[in-house]
Amino acid sequence: MTALGYNFGYLDENTKRMIRRALLKAVAVPGHQVPFGAREMPLPYGWGTGGIAVTASVIGAGDRLKVIDQGADDTTNAVSIRRFFAKVAGVETTERTGEATIIQTRHRIPETRLREGQILVYQVPMPEPLFRLEPRVSETKRMHALADYGLMHVKLYEDIARHGHVAMSYNYPVLVGGRYLMSPSPIPAFDNPKMDRMPALQLFGAGREKRIYAVPPYTAVKSLDFEDHPFRPARADAPCALCGSRESYLDEVVVDDKGGRMFVCSDTDYCATRQTQREAAE
Amino acid sequence: MAYVAVKGGERAIEAAHAWLAEERRGDPALPELSLAQIEAQLGLAVDRVMAEGACHDRGLAALAIKQARGDLIEAAFLLRAYRTTLPRFGASLPVETEAMRVRRRISATYKELPGGQVLGPTFDYTHRLLDFALAAEGGVPASAPEAPAGELSMPRVTGLLAQEGLMAPEQPSEAEPRDLTREPLDFPAERPLRLQALARGDEGFLLSLGYSTQRGYGNAHPFVGEIRMGAVMVEFEPPELGFPIDLGEITVTECQMVNQFAGSKTEPPQFTRGYGLVFGQGERKAMTMALVDRALRAAELGEPVEAPAQDQEFVLYHCDNVEATGFVEHLKLPHYVDFQSELEKIRLLRREAGGE
Amino acid sequence: MSGLTPGFADPVPDAQAWFRALLEAMARPGRIQRVAALPQAPAPLAPAAAAVLLTLADAETPVWMDAGPGAEEWLRFHAGCPLVAEPGAAGFLLAAGAMPELAALDAGTEEEPHRSATLILQVAGLETGRGWRLTGPGIGTEHRLSVEGLPGGFLAAWAANGRRFPRGIDLVLCAGDRLAALPRTTRIEGAG
Repeated sequence: MTALGYNFGYLDENTKRMIRRALLKAVAVPGHQVPFGAREMPLPYGWGTGGIAVTASVIGAGDRLKVIDQGADDTTNAVSIRRFFAKVAGVETTERTGEATIIQTRHRIPETRLREGQILVYQVPMPEPLFRLEPRVSETKRMHALADYGLMHVKLYEDIARHGHVAMSYNYPVLVGGRYLMSPSPIPAFDNPKMDRMPALQLFGAGREKRIYAVPPYTAVKSLDFEDHPFRPARADAPCALCGSRESYLDEVVVDDKGGRMFVCSDTDYCATRQTQREAAE
Repeated sequence: MAYVAVKGGERAIEAAHAWLAEERRGDPALPELSLAQIEAQLGLAVDRVMAEGACHDRGLAALAIKQARGDLIEAAFLLRAYRTTLPRFGASLPVETEAMRVRRRISATYKELPGGQVLGPTFDYTHRLLDFALAAEGGVPASAPEAPAGELSMPRVTGLLAQEGLMAPEQPSEAEPRDLTREPLDFPAERPLRLQALARGDEGFLLSLGYSTQRGYGNAHPFVGEIRMGAVMVEFEPPELGFPIDLGEITVTECQMVNQFAGSKTEPPQFTRGYGLVFGQGERKAMTMALVDRALRAAELGEPVEAPAQDQEFVLYHCDNVEATGFVEHLKLPHYVDFQSELEKIRLLRREAGGE
Repeated sequence: MSGLTPGFADPVPDAQAWFRALLEAMARPGRIQRVAALPQAPAPLAPAAAAVLLTLADAETPVWMDAGPGAEEWLRFHAGCPLVAEPGAAGFLLAAGAMPELAALDAGTEEEPHRSATLILQVAGLETGRGWRLTGPGIGTEHRLSVEGLPGGFLAAWAANGRRFPRGIDLVLCAGDRLAALPRTTRIEGAG
């Protein structure tokens, strides 16, 4: 028991066991959504309950946890979730990507390449990649069973016919292990290639929709595209104003009301590390 | 221009929470609301929070209402988040609403019936005129006259119809119903699972859906067979004892809605039932639950499934206000990474459209 | 009950440590995992196999096992799980003796391949660095795993299991305090 009177990690052991069983099956069938009996958490549905449930079932006293939202450790919801785990699990937290054993994220994959021994936990609002095309779960379940992803291919094709491009810039669907169509969660398409053959284990939790899924390490994750229209992720065409990076994903910051703007790294740890290195070099 | 990333999320959160606590208390010159006052004088709010919070505890519901500053959906969420941490000792036996100590019981299908009609503490037939005497802190009202104890037996109206063979019988089942709080919904959802979801469902959402079935979206022809509200005993049978023990009484409201059914190839024309049961005095919720329950039986009764209220996935996935409010309100969280990717995409598409 | 040996000494952290070992094993097929905290399971239960059951089994998981009444009583007491006689009805199976036929176990459905059984198989020995060449999800290029004490015909049965994907059985191999896992996606080449 923790000081608060709740079990380690907040969840009771029965709930953890149920989630752990779901996680193992999720790893065994990469990209397949495993339903689980999600519980109400002390944070609202839609605010990361699925990711929190996964982290709570995985985390141990020896872990070091990093929580990011929009790539940043200091966004309010990331702060709130990190505080929650510091309170109910008493674990060490960190802002350094390289030092973390578990990274819970909303909407980004860190720029620093993840390694073996790390687990990336995604908070997922809508786990079903087909939900905008077919809202019925009973139907999409059938489509996954048959690997019938024609609807999605038609949608991409229509985008290209109309705009010359796929009109999706985030939550861009991927095919996992050549079999399951999967939502990468609302990360920018820029981050999709990082999922492919990632050495770290990737776990996805959708609390409100009560689904868990996973991508094992070194598993092929391919963004859907066509031979003549290959997948082309975009970032703002500018260097980071703080660290000068031309590789990282950038946030656009409006600096005045006359159209002035600047671009800075969305990944705060990556940017801070580069700035420190640059200062040290000078 | 220098740019400093906004830091101090933690301090901002703490300050916001302090402000919230101050607002919750309001003017400190005024006396603080006690839980007993909320429980006693805002009893219907307490009932609603227990129903949607899926946890019968008047004291905790009152605390949740106080903590939530009267926001009943927030209060239901607080109660749910608490209930999910409680250990599970087992399941009670089904409550016997037929044996209810009735405080209110009405039927719209019969003028007179065994056990009689009991209006009870209802807003019905009150004239909705603001009572300024209450504003002046009206004091203690005169006590209501008490009727002599009537007939003890109050058989259910649907039972009376069933005796004549006019009410479609429900198939009794000893099977353990699936538990919505432990397993996710799965479709087609069995009726026990649907009723669990509806019992926890948002009153406003179900009210509008039930209303829609009356306006032609779902072809309902409902009659209130019976509404009853009162105290029922909750019993629990510990496996090591082998006989049930009384845990205590709770107030519930039950509504049995009688609906016409044209019959099918295998079934003669008869009445069918829509069922609603909620914690506390929650008549509007019980009625609307019964309407929606009946609408959701369309598929099993061989009726066309055309209206929103008949669509299992639509109703059951959207009736839970704790889920709904979380997801709607999560739009307040930062989305600037995705928005940035949309900005880049739209700029690209516009550049190319302009260039052609 | 007086004859029952203890389960986990410290249930919450021990179950967490074993789960992480299992998760790592399933995510990196063929890598051997060990955890210091071992339950005192009655013979013939291997400590690792017993720990896996304590970590995953409870009242909601039907378990099949062939380890005799002592082991059954121990598991029922510590995990509270129902024991079933029919291998096809089990969510978890523990085989200390002959390996049950993979084809006879619950492989889930095309729509719900996660509703499939996990077979915990006790083997005589597990070694990495030699033996089978494993490929598939979770494996960078290849993992090597040598398993002692598998029945003849295992490789053919495993290949048939893989052909049913996404349906299929997942395998946890236990030898003493060591475990390795083979999810249904792992392909095996060469001799064990």
